[in-house]
Amino acid sequence: MKLIEKSQYTVLKGNYAVAYGVKLARVEVISAYPITPQTTISEKLADMTATGELKARFITVESEHSAISAVIASSLAGARSFTATASQGLALMHEMLHWATGARAPVVMVNVNRALAPSWNIWTEQTDSLAQRDTGWLQIYNESNQEVLDTTILAFKIAERVYLPTMVVLDAFILSHTSEPVEIYPQELVDEFLPPYEHPNAINFDDPRAIGAFARPDYYMEFRYNIQKAHEEALRVFKEETELFAEMFGRKYDTVEEFMLDDADYVLVLAGSTATTAKYAVAQLRERGEKVGIMRIKLFRPFPVEDVRRVLSGRKKVAVIDRNLSFGHSGIFYMETKAAMYGAKDRPPIFGYVAGLGGRDIRPQDIIDMYEDMKRREEPENIIWKGVRV
Amino acid sequence: MSWAWVEVKPNENDLLHPGHLACQGCGATITARLALKVFGKNAVFVIPASCWSVIDGAWPQHALQIPVFHTAFETAAIAATGIRAALDMKGRHDVHVVAWAGDGGTFDIGLQALSGAAERNENIIYITYDNEAYMNTGIQRSSSTPLGAWTTTTPDERPEDRPKKNMMEILAAHRVPYAATASIAYPDDFIRKLKKATQIKGFRFIHVFSPCPPGWKMASNLSVRVARMAVETKVFPLYEIEDGEVYTITHWPKGLPVEEYFKLQGRFKPVLKDPERLAYVQRYIEAQWERLVRLHEASHGYLPEEARATLRSAI
Repeated sequence: MKLIEKSQYTVLKGNYAVAYGVKLARVEVISAYPITPQTTISEKLADMTATGELKARFITVESEHSAISAVIASSLAGARSFTATASQGLALMHEMLHWATGARAPVVMVNVNRALAPSWNIWTEQTDSLAQRDTGWLQIYNESNQEVLDTTILAFKIAERVYLPTMVVLDAFILSHTSEPVEIYPQELVDEFLPPYEHPNAINFDDPRAIGAFARPDYYMEFRYNIQKAHEEALRVFKEETELFAEMFGRKYDTVEEFMLDDADYVLVLAGSTATTAKYAVAQLRERGEKVGIMRIKLFRPFPVEDVRRVLSGRKKVAVIDRNLSFGHSGIFYMETKAAMYGAKDRPPIFGYVAGLGGRDIRPQDIIDMYEDMKRREEPENIIWKGVRV
Repeated sequence: MSWAWVEVKPNENDLLHPGHLACQGCGATITARLALKVFGKNAVFVIPASCWSVIDGAWPQHALQIPVFHTAFETAAIAATGIRAALDMKGRHDVHVVAWAGDGGTFDIGLQALSGAAERNENIIYITYDNEAYMNTGIQRSSSTPLGAWTTTTPDERPEDRPKKNMMEILAAHRVPYAATASIAYPDDFIRKLKKATQIKGFRFIHVFSPCPPGWKMASNLSVRVARMAVETKVFPLYEIEDGEVYTITHWPKGLPVEEYFKLQGRFKPVLKDPERLAYVQRYIEAQWERLVRLHEASHGYLPEEARATLRSAI
């Protein structure tokens, strides 16, 4: 009997899928602060550590700023470390997100996408995580609870190969609190995939170094160069590790997912769980003979420029659907996609749609509407609002 | 111009090597040298933004012969907690994790994380080297700046008008196993407290009075003398609190008038020129001291003979 055949099949909410991923990764230090809709991740992990099901120290801190600070430190003291948050909590962590990157702490954090206040809103929106794009974290977006569990395990593997912190992102409620069938892999198989964590520059009493010491202008820039090189390396590592993951666990992920794209003239670009709705809508459009497909962005940092160009070049039109907004400019996936396509051959016109902010539903009909709107339009626009009452 | 080079060989027993970047007469540096005599090599210092972020040296060099973990301003206590958690998971129970923070990083921006770690009774030692202002950024007031003091944000025209925040009382309110004050002028007392702290499990806090010659506008050879005068004038009493309940004064001061301490430093010039203000400061010090003596008495059931002479009536 192959190891993979020992998998357990169960029904899990997205947040519990995270917890099982963390357990399978044999995380040693966890620190988190309650925030909706992340809280059930912390609760499950607190249970697991209390019963000894997971041998880890769970630090119940007084703020998200402390949660991230604790795991950066524990990571650099040689323990595999994890935290989770959302929205306001992620915003509070901002300073330490830069710190994690600069200190080369390969911590993994789950962010449950939630809109920022005011007005208070606990529902899904991607602006919280996307606003952290310049902090140097790897960012991986997910569409299903199985993918959430898989990506949590993958995140540790990738982070610990390039010594960069990694954020695993899932949608509030649509994934975090919705039950789906999930395969939980046998521990031995995950152990084969993910070796014990070691950091070459971890605190070492036999070789006492200063970690994070100040660097004058004659050294600082090289540190920044090395971080950029590590991000470039991370693209290659992501490909390698997702290949290996597919071989061992039977599920294949890539930087972008291509859906019904073979002969597509029109492409919808989006990320997260909206992709599931879009796939349903696109299947309907296909039945009507429309040549449309989907490119779902999974890896946002490092941004997979080559893959995006390969997929989008030569299409008739592209619509990017953003559940987020950079005020004063446009949706963020839109601007990133456009920037990647600048200078590409056979660049299609790219239309920017903003929809579903603060958890407003994006229904199959909304996707179809946006598709038809794009087809009708001649000139691309940066922001085409979908479903806003004005 | 010619340079005379002197080769400095570090003492092998000294874990703070020459080449560090502290100012002459720096109290925070003396504090570290003394602490390392107790900790030895089995300690990691967790240093938030503070003078010590600079003193240890610029990459790729550092002066301390133990591991150092630099962290953001408000995170000394929590970073130490994270390191302790990791080392515990790795079975390294033999080493001390020491948060090493200034007064700004302790009294002000780091108070939230400090409170969290103290309340959870994390197994770390938190040492604050207190120079009573934001010295690394150039002498701005902190909540540790004492009544009457000049800083660049409490200029002579409007000197500090609030008393120093009482961190020991805040720690006592968390019922931590051990909290103590110490001074570089009383190394035997400081070292005894450090040794005691290393033998206790849980959250331990030592508040060390660490004079700053440029920030206090005084000559660099006066650091130890000024630190001694702070104790002998009852401005900075030496005591410890166990389990947040048991108060013990560890040195009975001479009870000199506060001018004796103030006149050694330029930062108290405005208050020295204002007799009414000076009298107010003296009254405040007496009231605080009397309160502390009563707590000692309540903890032990009696007062030693030398205590009587220090009370207000004796002046």
